[in-house]
Amino acid sequence: MFELLGIPPQALFGQLLLGLINGAFYAMLSLGLAVIFGLLNVINFTHGAQYMMGAFAAWLMLGYLGIPFWVSLVLAPIIVALFGVLLERLLLRRIYHLDHLYGFLLTFGLALIIEGLFRWRWGSSGQPYDNPIPGGVNLGFMFLPYYRGWVVVASLVICLATWYAIERTRLGAYLRAATENPTLVRAFGINVPRMITLTYAFGVGLAALAGVLAAPIQQVSALMGTNLVLVVFAVVVIGGMGSIMGSIVTGFGLGVIEGLTKVAYPPASNIVIFVVMAVVLLVKPAGLFGRTK
Amino acid sequence: MAEPLLKVSGLHAWYGESHILQGVDFEVGKGEIVTLLGRNGAGKTTTLKSVMGIVGKRQGKIVFDGEETVGRPSDFIARCGIAYCPEERGIFASLNVEENLMLPPVVKPGGVTIDEIYKLFPNLLERRRSQGTKLSGGEQQMLAIGRILRTGASMLLLDEPTEGLAPVIVQRIGEVIRQLKARGFTVLLVEQNFRFAATLADRHYIVEDGRVIDMIKAADVERSIDKLHEYLGV
Amino acid sequence: MTSRTFGFILLAAALVAPFVAYPVFLMTALCFALFTCAFNLLIGYVGLMSFGHAMFFGMAAYVCGHAIKVWGWPPELALLAGAAVAGALGVVTGALAIRRQGIYFAMITLAFSQMVFFFCLQAPFTGGEDGLQGVPRSPMLGGLLPIQNDTVLYYVVLAIFLFGFGAVYRIIHSPFGQVLKAIRENEQRAISLGYNADRYKLVAFVLSATLAGLAGALKAIVMQFATLTDVTAAMSGEVVLMALIGGIGTIFGPVVGALVIITMQNYLAATGEWVLVIQGVIFVVIVLAFRKGVVGEIADRWRAYTTRSSKS
Repeated sequence: MFELLGIPPQALFGQLLLGLINGAFYAMLSLGLAVIFGLLNVINFTHGAQYMMGAFAAWLMLGYLGIPFWVSLVLAPIIVALFGVLLERLLLRRIYHLDHLYGFLLTFGLALIIEGLFRWRWGSSGQPYDNPIPGGVNLGFMFLPYYRGWVVVASLVICLATWYAIERTRLGAYLRAATENPTLVRAFGINVPRMITLTYAFGVGLAALAGVLAAPIQQVSALMGTNLVLVVFAVVVIGGMGSIMGSIVTGFGLGVIEGLTKVAYPPASNIVIFVVMAVVLLVKPAGLFGRTK
Repeated sequence: MAEPLLKVSGLHAWYGESHILQGVDFEVGKGEIVTLLGRNGAGKTTTLKSVMGIVGKRQGKIVFDGEETVGRPSDFIARCGIAYCPEERGIFASLNVEENLMLPPVVKPGGVTIDEIYKLFPNLLERRRSQGTKLSGGEQQMLAIGRILRTGASMLLLDEPTEGLAPVIVQRIGEVIRQLKARGFTVLLVEQNFRFAATLADRHYIVEDGRVIDMIKAADVERSIDKLHEYLGV
Repeated sequence: MTSRTFGFILLAAALVAPFVAYPVFLMTALCFALFTCAFNLLIGYVGLMSFGHAMFFGMAAYVCGHAIKVWGWPPELALLAGAAVAGALGVVTGALAIRRQGIYFAMITLAFSQMVFFFCLQAPFTGGEDGLQGVPRSPMLGGLLPIQNDTVLYYVVLAIFLFGFGAVYRIIHSPFGQVLKAIRENEQRAISLGYNADRYKLVAFVLSATLAGLAGALKAIVMQFATLTDVTAAMSGEVVLMALIGGIGTIFGPVVGALVIITMQNYLAATGEWVLVIQGVIFVVIVLAFRKGVVGEIADRWRAYTTRSSKS
């Protein structure tokens, strides 16, 4: 058995995998946050609650209706996205003309309501969700649970597909153009308000999808998104919200850094992302991939 | 003259609290090139934006192709067949040239094809993979005009297409506008450059203090030149 | 009715309050009123919305509680220590946060306060999940003020609150406060006039952090404990809510807002998560319909009323 820097490789690679998984969630959440902010000018504080709702939707569908994980993976994000459509149409739409801070406060209030209601109904303790692909394979230097490997690959594919859709397709061109100048895009005949609704629904659906992916790894609980969204804010500050690829790289990168910190000095693993944020603010205030506006 | 394609009557428009247009009346016939002339701040651009439906608040009547458009959102107006080229050109920095060209959706059949647009503006073909805002001012203007030809809109609103451009490019844009008229496009043009407008337009409306105060036909320009100089302060 | 007469009425009410209402409730309200005043200094007069003020409040509560309980410091020194630590934390986080503006500023302060939360969760002196319990109320100023007595402590808290409230009032109306307002209105112009906007913002941030710390330290003495609740993002949200309810950028708004929320929590204490839900609803309603807050709306109505009656 060899050791790397005095750390057994099983622990090192295990944490690295966990870091990649966390990074995948950071990437998926910060991606949605950035796309929503670009078009709606709202920092969606409800993002963590919507991630939680995705996990809950899967858990409830399994428990009450016997709907398996693979179906939930499609259904749960759609359900949560529809809820997002409702929020956007009824509430968010009224504050686009105001300072960004009001959107932040409004969605913060919504997050409190959603999380409060879930806590009231299901308590704050975690509910287990059965692993849909149990087992794993011993790679020699580490043990790889199938499901965890699958999550990393799946989320990477989702992130890259999102990048492709936004940067390389016609629909993505509409989104990029509307982010720059919604008035003109609308004057070209595109229904921008509907696009805004769909963009919000997409970002929210992405958060919910991350929630479903997380359900078998973490426990499903009303508070599972509360702290996550705060870390994702730091991720967004570090990456800057200008670039889709930037969000993906930053998300995965920070997850890995966090995982490595857990190996090297466990007590610092919770705060390392915030320390990185402080350093980035010192060196490049606009964020690693940010454009100074 | 038959029923005009665009008929604007008693148009008022506001930006926030300020009352910019105070009763604008004019009409544009099918296939015509009509200019709005006037000094800076007279309300020409605001008139164009009102027709497009992108000012704060409008009142009055704007009938396009038999359809009342006041109170309708700008995407509806665009789908009626009006296309808009803003003064600041509005080229999207996050889109390349071709993406910029392909952005406005087709609203009616019979638009100019992309190949024809590239034939009209060969520079755009060469640079179609470049970022939109990396083009020169003249190329950006061509891109801004080119991209609204594809949509099948019958009426083009052009806001100062010659502003800040070299004479040779101004000339090129003039030729293009003449070709567009020959293809049957109707053009409503806002211009500061009267010499340029005079070579193109069938009629000129004079805008002052948020109202249309006079109309001069192309044939009468020579005769009215003193009056025009007075209006435009040149 | 001017704000001066309104102030005197409030002061008179505060002086007789402990004979009518439960003193610990009143003291809690005063601590939060001071906390909200400190927050309001930043958002109302510099235009910076910190979403991480709990880090100053909670950190100072821990420091003050620890100094009294473990080191046996007299309360007055422990209070100062709490405020000083909060101020120092304000220097570090503020210097970084003011490098960005608007919504980013809010996210950065929130992220830093989350970092402080995790620090407090793991640091040995905070008691982790249990918090710091049983902070004794030792007499103040060498026994001159026996604050074991709730009524005595109430007047001490009131005096400290008035000091903080007065400090905010003085800051806003000083030349320094005028520069802050100029920066809020138009930062570029203030810079071109030769003001170092970043330095002004930082000083305001540190003052706000210090006062928030004073409030937190005071709370530790009043409630006799400091827990993780004081450093959570929810606490940061609570102070935002108090300021919003009262009316951002108004002098008395923070006091009214704190009173409303503390009263509400007092009545809903038994029903845990509903406090969150109701707070969330209040956020939504205020952002959608009453952005000026209670004091702001009343002031507007009053102004409209007086101008109408002076016309007729």
